[in-house]
Amino acid sequence: MPAAAPRSGDAIFASVEHVTCSALQNAELFTLTYGAIVRQLLTDLEEVDEVNKQLDQMGYNIGIRLIDEFLAKANVSRCVDFKETAETIAKVGFKMFLGVTASVTNWDADGTCCSIVLEDNPLVDFVELPDTCQGLYYCNVLSGVIRGALEMVSMKTEITWTRDVLRGDDAYELQVKLLKLVPEEYPYKDDE
Amino acid sequence: MAAAAIYSLFIINKSGGLIYYKEYGSAGRMDTNDSLRVASLWHSMHAISQQLSPTVGCSGIELLEADAFDLHCFQSLTGTKFFVVCEPGTLHMDALLKVIYELYTDYMEMPIRCELFDLNLSQAVQKDRVALLGR
Repeated sequence: MPAAAPRSGDAIFASVEHVTCSALQNAELFTLTYGAIVRQLLTDLEEVDEVNKQLDQMGYNIGIRLIDEFLAKANVSRCVDFKETAETIAKVGFKMFLGVTASVTNWDADGTCCSIVLEDNPLVDFVELPDTCQGLYYCNVLSGVIRGALEMVSMKTEITWTRDVLRGDDAYELQVKLLKLVPEEYPYKDDE
Repeated sequence: MAAAAIYSLFIINKSGGLIYYKEYGSAGRMDTNDSLRVASLWHSMHAISQQLSPTVGCSGIELLEADAFDLHCFQSLTGTKFFVVCEPGTLHMDALLKVIYELYTDYMEMPIRCELFDLNLSQAVQKDRVALLGR
């Protein structure tokens, strides 16, 4: 058996995801591991903005793979519109991977922008932000995950945090905006 | 323990590149170039079939029946295609492809990758396990 190569942060996080998605027996392990990753990123990158970007990128890399796991296990069929997509993420996706359900609110007139609100957030158990990290979006991995996952099913989105309990708000709220649909058409673009 | 009457399994990504190929038949393994060629052939045929189809919203060929084999194809919403070449008339191949999709998502992402996937895959294609898929 060849020696395992050092694993990147998102490989560790992804394997932690696998652990948690079966049943949240290891919820605390998951929370603590995520916290350790954020701590390490803050030490390595120092700038809070850089950490936010890196968390989003990690989330993206996880999301592009997580979508297949979600589709394989959740047995959902193609969503008819973006409203159904948002509901599926909030009720089925969050439940499957974080063990909590979220709610969808604040739809705009053409149904392309909404808010996903999380009351409970297992990522932030035991977490407090020190004064030096006030610009940090601690849960930024989540916005990356959703963005990456939706991109793999032909939706380009923009996802931003509008409320964050660690920054003093009363809930976690993600604004999810559908930018455009990019259906695959033959001939498909080549892999790099 | 005999495998169900499956000749081979291919997994191709949404650009038609071969991710995984396994030979179960007694004809022996196709060489790498041939398997890549077969994969991109199927990818193209699958894509063209969507364009040619008279029905709206067609997602491509699901079943090809020939004299010597059947080919069952499953495409995930992310564009990854799983197809199995088997004896004509083999049952439960659609359900098997869904099981393989699940195994793929479980094992192809972890560093251990192929070994565990192979192990679980060879269990999934066993005759008696495939028969259970029909219940």
